[in-house]
Amino acid sequence: MALAFDEMNLPGGALRPAYLELSRWLKETPPDALEYRRQEAELLFRRIGITFAVYGDAEAQERLIPFDVIPRIMSAKEWAILEKGLKQRVRALNMFLRDIYHNRDILRADIIPDDLIFQNPVFRPEMNGQDVPHDVYVHIAGIDIVRVDSENFYVLEDNARTPSGVSYMLENREIMMRLFPDLFARHRVAPVEKYPDELLSALRSVAPLSAAAEPTVALMTPGVYNSAYYEHSFLADKLGIELVEGRDLIVKNDEVFMRTTEGLKRVDVIYRRVDDDYLDPLTFRPDSALGVPGLMSAYAAGNVTLANAVGTGIADDKAVYSYMPDIVKFYLSEEPILKNVPTWRCREPKDLAYVLDNLGELVVKEVHGSGGYGMLIGPAATKATIEAFRDKLKREPEGFIAQPTLALSTCPTCTASGLAPRHVDLRPFVLTGSKHVTIVPGGLTRVALKEGSLVVNSSQGGGTKDTWILDE
Amino acid sequence: MLSRTAENLYWLARYVERAEYLARTIEATLRVTALPNTYVGKTNEWDSALLTAGVSASFYEIHDEADERSVVDYLSFAPSNPSSIRNCIENARLNSRSVRTALTGEMWDTINGAWIDLQEVWGKGTKTREELTKFLRFVQETSLRFDGSAYRTMLRNDAYWFSRLGLHLERADNTARILDVKYHVLLPEEEHVGGPLDYYQWTSILRSVSALTAYHWVYRETLKPWLIADLLILNDSLPRSLASCYGNLVRNLDQIGVAYGRQGAAQRHARGVRNRLEHSHMDDIFQHGVHEFIQEFIGDNSRLGEIITKQYLV
Repeated sequence: MALAFDEMNLPGGALRPAYLELSRWLKETPPDALEYRRQEAELLFRRIGITFAVYGDAEAQERLIPFDVIPRIMSAKEWAILEKGLKQRVRALNMFLRDIYHNRDILRADIIPDDLIFQNPVFRPEMNGQDVPHDVYVHIAGIDIVRVDSENFYVLEDNARTPSGVSYMLENREIMMRLFPDLFARHRVAPVEKYPDELLSALRSVAPLSAAAEPTVALMTPGVYNSAYYEHSFLADKLGIELVEGRDLIVKNDEVFMRTTEGLKRVDVIYRRVDDDYLDPLTFRPDSALGVPGLMSAYAAGNVTLANAVGTGIADDKAVYSYMPDIVKFYLSEEPILKNVPTWRCREPKDLAYVLDNLGELVVKEVHGSGGYGMLIGPAATKATIEAFRDKLKREPEGFIAQPTLALSTCPTCTASGLAPRHVDLRPFVLTGSKHVTIVPGGLTRVALKEGSLVVNSSQGGGTKDTWILDE
Repeated sequence: MLSRTAENLYWLARYVERAEYLARTIEATLRVTALPNTYVGKTNEWDSALLTAGVSASFYEIHDEADERSVVDYLSFAPSNPSSIRNCIENARLNSRSVRTALTGEMWDTINGAWIDLQEVWGKGTKTREELTKFLRFVQETSLRFDGSAYRTMLRNDAYWFSRLGLHLERADNTARILDVKYHVLLPEEEHVGGPLDYYQWTSILRSVSALTAYHWVYRETLKPWLIADLLILNDSLPRSLASCYGNLVRNLDQIGVAYGRQGAAQRHARGVRNRLEHSHMDDIFQHGVHEFIQEFIGDNSRLGEIITKQYLV
């Protein structure tokens, strides 16, 4: 693997321009002052209760995501490219979903094989022919971006179901501004605080026709035991909407109501952070206690908008991902601005053979996996793990894709032995309403805190950083 | 507001109030048991602490005898006791998490901070009297801070009113329970009235509802059992008296009624109980039997809880 691109220091010792002021500030700031503020930040996070749960970890039911106080900085020029590319990508995702659940032009044009869609467990036949307001399926997208050099950004994953992490983007900024006012005074950092407002107006813009002039929006959570519960309550609070669980909702005559102390109140738009499978026990998993019986029939009747729509999983499926450049070209007749990471589809025999021969150098991911679970990072894996994956691949090749091990860019990060480069990625949040696609400048930077590690997922020991887009 | 939110707020306040009451009960019992036997007689004070906490039956399922160590541990930390102080704080935190958005930052901070301390400082329980005393102070301070931050920072809307309902309902129940267990020492016809034993029993009752100083201010007299009963039952200037709790319950229910534009069974029932308290005199209560009066009150109070639940919380 080549030496990773560092976002602050160029080889030979020169600084990249966006980091000039930060570097000056770091030289003036004694290391123990930095350590002191780091502890202060941790205390703040704990007091506010910003925690997440790690599944299968009974010991630490609630944990803090480690926060690194060194910001990750990008210039306005770099951001402009990203922003354009992200908007393009999300537009294409929405058009793709509309097409898949209606005319299926893209299948007829033989750009994507039929069985990749119809054999796919995240394809929702319930959505066939179902219209959604303004043809928006993915209202909130979290697109994972990595960079490998000064020019090239790659999309690592499209998260089009219930992407999380935006509360960290907002809280990281709050805490940074509280702890480092002097550092902020020396930069012009584009603000992110408009996100809740923009999210609310996007959600209201897609209310069903039968909704009142002032539509009622609610955020639906699986409950306090969900790993992202903090974020759900945080967002509901910022948006000023009710945080509901399935048991708070009831469907009558194909309309959705919430149970309040003053009786039933109609709900028009549900920002749901519950997976498709658990939404409605009458349609999906009958054992789901998280859902609302009849929700899908109210949805089919057009009396409630679900954000994101049901069935968006087919757009962020990792096997479909490999077709994204074709999808962008097909619907928009434009060249994709953001690159895809080259991907081998193990369902194709030629690709599978290559992957099996090169397991030691590749990253292998489950097509339907997420959160960094169940993946193989060849260069870091033991022989036994690699052999175990070889068996899995042979047994169920269509369940996997493989990608080259990218040398993710690094950023200076506080470690036990002072500042050191650590690998990062970026998850910007893209909002789509009836008229606009918007992105607040920045996103959530995740950082792999272990030396050399490429896994940034919080469930796997990753941390976060504040992300600064400099206004020039 | 969501019924579930109201329910969480209501129970959150109840749990915090209960934790404080348990801490006070333990503290008062510690004081009585520290006295020489000639002052307190042979009654098992730890047994009566269990009774006032309403957990006697479940305690004796796993213990043969009630002594300081076993009772303090059971009331404070035992995972097997659903209303131990620890479980109360844990439940309060769980309820708080579910209604984060309905709490002010200060309230959340109090409960979350207490929950963190409960694990980091008090995770292993207490070993010495000194530690125990500190723990009991910590619990009472948590409740005071919570109550104070609710009072000082919450909007005066239904969220506030439901939380107050939980507080006053729980408080009325606690005061009634201690009266129910100790009513016999308040009966004037007992032989050894005014003996040293009674005196310390009486101060212990007053202490557990933080009313010892209040007593002296209100009556300017030495301790008299019928005045103690009067203070705890009928005197609505004492925040923990049954009369004061019902004054507050009626007021908060009325505010909900006005805001929602409709009254219901809860308002009627609470008013009925309050009117009975307003029109009662200690003489009559003693004549008809304190025990019977209190029993009836406890029944009425828990019925109000059921009616509120039915009317608003489900």
